[in-house]
Amino acid sequence: MEDALNEAASRVPDYVLRPVDGTYRRLNPTTKLVIAFSAALVAFGVRGWTGPLVVLAIVVATAAVTRIGRAMRPFVLATIPLIASILLVNTFLYPGAEDVLLRVGPFAATGTGLTEALQASLRVVAFALSVAVFSLTTPTDDLLVDLERRGVGRRGVFVIGSAIRTIPRMVERAGEIVEAQRARGLDTEGSPLRRIRGILPLAGPMILGAVTDVEERTVALEARAFSAPAQRTVIRPIPDSPAQRAVRWSAGLGAAGLVALGIAGILRFP
Amino acid sequence: MTVPGAAAPLALSGVRYQYAGTSAWALDGVDLTVEPGRILGVVGPNDAGKSTLALVASGLAPLAIGGRLEGSAALGGRETRELAAHEAAQRSGILFQNPSTQLSGTAHTVWEEVAFGPRNVGLGLGEIVERVEASLAALRIESLAPRDPARLSGGQAQLVALASVFALRPACLVLDEPTSQLDPEGTRLVGEAIRRLAGELGSAILVTEHKTALLARVADAAIALRGGTVVARGTVREVLEDPALIELGVDPPPAVRLRRALAAAEVDAGAARRTLDALAALDVKEAAG
Repeated sequence: MEDALNEAASRVPDYVLRPVDGTYRRLNPTTKLVIAFSAALVAFGVRGWTGPLVVLAIVVATAAVTRIGRAMRPFVLATIPLIASILLVNTFLYPGAEDVLLRVGPFAATGTGLTEALQASLRVVAFALSVAVFSLTTPTDDLLVDLERRGVGRRGVFVIGSAIRTIPRMVERAGEIVEAQRARGLDTEGSPLRRIRGILPLAGPMILGAVTDVEERTVALEARAFSAPAQRTVIRPIPDSPAQRAVRWSAGLGAAGLVALGIAGILRFP
Repeated sequence: MTVPGAAAPLALSGVRYQYAGTSAWALDGVDLTVEPGRILGVVGPNDAGKSTLALVASGLAPLAIGGRLEGSAALGGRETRELAAHEAAQRSGILFQNPSTQLSGTAHTVWEEVAFGPRNVGLGLGEIVERVEASLAALRIESLAPRDPARLSGGQAQLVALASVFALRPACLVLDEPTSQLDPEGTRLVGEAIRRLAGELGSAILVTEHKTALLARVADAAIALRGGTVVARGTVREVLEDPALIELGVDPPPAVRLRRALAAAEVDAGAARRTLDALAALDVKEAAG
């Protein structure tokens, strides 16, 4: 039995088995997922500059070690619309702030609002980059197999995997739509106001296209027996160890603890 | 329940289908059978029911998308309404128009993409390796195996999607306008693959297509649909040469159009063919010179 299994495994090509280099890349997919979620929790849950800056530092260092810096670009680009709205709303409309920096017509930019806006933007970037590090160093398929082995439903796992892979695809699609609309005369360059106006005709097709894609993909998955009740066959052995289990618990509990202590006022962060 | 006398890979009898939330029948009284090794072409204008027919023939309607099915839709003698979606997928595989949305999105290589279906049904690793290799070989795309599925041309991606469906070893393949988004080279590759799957591997194939020239090359028989009803059936030649096809809004293949144009201009077809042959020979000589 074991011989037959070994013989079958030996016929799987090397490019599928993909032995990986580097400690971080070799981690169990669930360990990386827990680290990413913990980082996101710290980035959003720890008050002040400390949370997002610590997470950003860790994420940037990991990205440098795993050499994925350039591939993270789409994830950063995907945050731009959200960051733009955070900066505008907080800087100009922060409730109760009176330290006016400058006035634009009826709106006043405040120092408090700007500080909050920059902190919130950093949190969003830290979150996006921690997702990027996870998704770029973890084969979705390995995550699918590992979470399913831990009892998470195949459909739930696929939703996580698809959501992560959707970000670069959305950015790619946005580029295609901008090119198509520019070819038909839409002005998407120039002043910030023109650029913002250009976002409106972009959003509709992007969202509708994404929804249609999901519908088609769901039906196509059914045609590939995705809902079969059988345990999915494992092609690559997925590493795990007691040490990694300890890392998962430490990261999760540590992040939750930091946030709780911060909220309770026991720990104060700058 | 086993349907008596309906053990063909695909057999529809008196099939009516209504999408969920609608009151109109998208298919109304469709009868057809596709035997092993045979290719049935389906033509018709937009909204004729071609894609609906493909969904019903694959079992996805109503198993995955809901709706109301009447009549008998049987895959290898089993009524689709009695099957689970994953069981239907192993009896009838479907290939859609858009290659990019039918890839799993989870595979890093074409090899893994093709293995996606067999892994879902929990086959042993040895069986998976054998099926992946056989599917890639059947479509002659072994060289694509290490490539990233997201970085293929449209034609290549469609062949990979077809290989992925074929890896589940369904006796029937349903191809819903498989070349509508492909260039002529991609269309040629898919056309060759369809012929090979039926001719060499005995798959029963139902293919809906706007490109009647492709159907003329690959199909054995054809039906024409209008408003969800079969309005013509016969050999592929009979259906595609039927003058009523144009009234349906379907372009006949170029060869049929040329023959009709020659006849309308009262040009002797034999003389025209000799002239074309002579011109073709001249082209060859010039190219060689």
